[in-house]
Amino acid sequence: MNIKEVIAVILIIAFFLCAYFLFPKPVEFSQTVSIILTILLALTLLVIGVMTFMGRYIERRVVFLFVGIALTLPFFMQFDLPVPISPEVQAAYDELEKLPEGSKVLAAFDYDPPSAPELQPMAVAFMKYAFQRGLKIIIMGLWPQGPQQADQAIQTAFEVIPELEDKIKYGRDYVNLGFQSGNEFVILRMGESFKAMFPTDIYNTPYDSIPILKNVKNYSNIDYCFNFSAGKPGTVEWVQGAVDRFNLKMSAGNTAVQAPMAYPYLQAGQLDGLMGGMAGGAEFEKLTEHYDKATVFIKSQSFAHAVVIVFIIIGNVAFFRGRRRKK
Amino acid sequence: MRREIPMAITFIVGFVFLFAYFIPHPPFNEFENTFNDSFSIIAAFAIWLGALNLIKISLVKIFKKKSDVLHSSFIVISFLVIVFFGFYDGIRGLYADPVFSFRDQGTGFNWLYEYVYSSLSATMFALLAFFVASASYRAFRARNLEATILLIAGILVMLGRVPIGDLMTGWLPDAFQISNWANWIMNIPNTAGQRAIMIGIALGLVSTSLRIILGLERAYLGGD
Amino acid sequence: MTEESWILPNKKTALVVLILLCCFSYTAGQTSDDSLNIVKDSLLTPPPDVTPVMPKNVTAEDIPNDAGGSIRITWDLSPDDHVGGKVKEYRIYRSDQIDGDYEEVGASMMGQAGFTDNSAETGNQYFYKVAAINYQLFNGETVWQVMSETDPIGPMKSTAQWFNMDRLNVFIGIIILCGSIIYFILAAKGGKKFYIRKIAGIEEVENAVGRATEMGRSIYYIPGINDMDDVQTLASMTILGKVSEIAAQNDTRIDVPVSRSMVMVTAKEIVKESYSKVGRPDAHQEDQVRYLTDDQFGYAAAIDGLFIREKPATIFLMGAFFAESLIMAETGNSIGAIQIAGTAMPAQLPFFVAACDFTLIGEEMFAASAYLSREPKLLGSLKGQDVGKAIFILAILIGVILESFGVDVSRLFSVR
Repeated sequence: MNIKEVIAVILIIAFFLCAYFLFPKPVEFSQTVSIILTILLALTLLVIGVMTFMGRYIERRVVFLFVGIALTLPFFMQFDLPVPISPEVQAAYDELEKLPEGSKVLAAFDYDPPSAPELQPMAVAFMKYAFQRGLKIIIMGLWPQGPQQADQAIQTAFEVIPELEDKIKYGRDYVNLGFQSGNEFVILRMGESFKAMFPTDIYNTPYDSIPILKNVKNYSNIDYCFNFSAGKPGTVEWVQGAVDRFNLKMSAGNTAVQAPMAYPYLQAGQLDGLMGGMAGGAEFEKLTEHYDKATVFIKSQSFAHAVVIVFIIIGNVAFFRGRRRKK
Repeated sequence: MRREIPMAITFIVGFVFLFAYFIPHPPFNEFENTFNDSFSIIAAFAIWLGALNLIKISLVKIFKKKSDVLHSSFIVISFLVIVFFGFYDGIRGLYADPVFSFRDQGTGFNWLYEYVYSSLSATMFALLAFFVASASYRAFRARNLEATILLIAGILVMLGRVPIGDLMTGWLPDAFQISNWANWIMNIPNTAGQRAIMIGIALGLVSTSLRIILGLERAYLGGD
Repeated sequence: MTEESWILPNKKTALVVLILLCCFSYTAGQTSDDSLNIVKDSLLTPPPDVTPVMPKNVTAEDIPNDAGGSIRITWDLSPDDHVGGKVKEYRIYRSDQIDGDYEEVGASMMGQAGFTDNSAETGNQYFYKVAAINYQLFNGETVWQVMSETDPIGPMKSTAQWFNMDRLNVFIGIIILCGSIIYFILAAKGGKKFYIRKIAGIEEVENAVGRATEMGRSIYYIPGINDMDDVQTLASMTILGKVSEIAAQNDTRIDVPVSRSMVMVTAKEIVKESYSKVGRPDAHQEDQVRYLTDDQFGYAAAIDGLFIREKPATIFLMGAFFAESLIMAETGNSIGAIQIAGTAMPAQLPFFVAACDFTLIGEEMFAASAYLSREPKLLGSLKGQDVGKAIFILAILIGVILESFGVDVSRLFSVR
């Protein structure tokens, strides 16, 4: 590390410390300020575009800076963006709506903390919806931290809707079976017996003494499956293992990077519905009428996408200008 | 014999696994599970090989004052701190009343996991946002027809997947809304491309696996 | 004389009213408790006409193409099975004798006309009865329950099959594909020559290593983050052998930081062997191959740090990658290294294409070993793979045409 980098790190830490102590409460800009800031950002990008056209190219750190601003600024702004519902999220919601009260739903949490910002909002929305509909949730995970993420999603759901905490009882309305190693082989073995893979729940309670698991031997005793996946093992393995071999009905929530890989299965009817990335989470929140983090985060993502598109255009301006100079 | 025995094992196990996929009758239905359990156990023990290698190389760098002394010191200190808290909380939990695990809330190990490891992992993952922007800035150039089509498709999907797209085109008829174009691109060309790549990869996997089983591919044994 | 209140003419009347009010309240309280008890007591006895009609046409059959232990029981729904009807659920009872004791093995919700008994022992015979159940709950407890059950059906045995007929289509596909690969391997063994098209990424390997030699900097080879049980890692090890041979010949250092211990062991052997093969065992150093961490983002962070500090001239990213792919590739790009990537992870290919100079897409990485060695038998296997692919393309075309004309052939290609 050279001295410039050390100074930069110290300045960044100092900035955040100042912000933390000077603004103890979350800052919210009024609509006027939000519009002015958006216009300023757009004008700055326009200036960069003009500079590029004039031959003064920007370096990648300027791109990083603007992406950082575009991601952070919307958190302080007050405005709503319309969230269109895509057919695949609507399909997932419709399938869940068809389930009568008391249906047993297997919820597989196959992600870890790095993917939580993208998947946790849809997981929270799902848990809120499931508890309010009276669905019985059996939680498990093929990733070690998955069941912990599920617990966090449930706690968040209880914080947002306090009545649920009194109404929902562990063991009767939901159970957390924990993590089991073995990837796709766990999926296949669960087709014969859940108990063989999860002899106890996450609190070491024996399988047979958990009320919700009475008469639940394997997939044939489950009414639906919902998978939250950030990679492998994930949705693809669940489709290949559980849906194809055991006729399990399933929908999934994936990160935006993973979602394109799930589309072939959606098209083939092996997946009923799919929530892709933050947008999918925001759409599900809109359908369930519980606007939460995904709806807030999608504003940030929208700004970031717009900034990236502007930089792509600026990059092409630079490219064509360079080509013209060569000619 | 050094290479012949592993090749023979590969051949036998490869074909047994292949046939076991088609034979549900016991004991064939259990082969996959048994062998994969065995692999998991071997891999778990093998972790020690890697950990010892890491510590050895880091200590050599520290004591011989080679490059990266600071980074190697961080590795050794972090390793020791995590191992210490794992054992300390684990042993403490065994003799506590009620018994708790080293991973439970309130332990030092859990604190390190939640406030150090999780935060660092999320930070590294978050770097992707910036790298995607700089990679797009550099790579999405309209060099030729195909690159231009890629550029336009990329812009349509990026706008269509977020509410800004509908804000811009929501007033237009359905067929002209960006979100519908983005959905069409994801459902039709993207799915077709994904399927083609997946089929090609599957065929490549079969061919490579057959070469390994038949002993034509021997590089993984340490040479031809 | 005092004025009398129009509400309460005198004290005596007020006292009488007060006593009457107290009696009324006490009685009302008692009555409401009693009425609650009366309500509860009345629930213990099922009201008349709540017994549902039993389901009909109960059948039991062994589930085919399995390892035994599963029997499927189906029935026609009871006429009382509808919203607001008398059927709440169906329960399935089993015994190993027709007039023996029946135990409950499971339940199905209303509207469901089947149940799979997965606890049957292979070879044992069983008899089944299905009961339509109606019940009333009060504060979460069942206060009455009625059922009507069918006559026993059976005996039914579950058996294990020796061949899964549901996978016959896969079996035929495997025979065709493996058959064509083996045929062309044998043809190559017999002396036939096969053409292989240029793969840009592999053609550049020598130039990329040469660049590192000229610049006096090292080469980094990243074999992905999966373990040796992944075919991509095996393919990566094959390419590592060739790359380290060229590096050893050029006397250029090649570093291989890995994410798995078993990959470390294999890579050490391969690199050492490569140096020995070109007659440079003295140039080989033990710490060229080293383990970093199993953790995905820890590995990415370590690789990034190594790239930025060591500034290698050439980077190979070959194997299975996940979200960390772009982090590594962009960092490699930022230091000005030439990057050749290869992976069979469809989600990561776009990132490598955007950030690297050359990318081996999916099967090109698997073909690399044949390409680099030019060994006839390996080239023959590629030819066989291509013929297999041609057959599958033809099958897809025929399937699409038939489906377009309403002929359903999807069952031929579905996999169970």
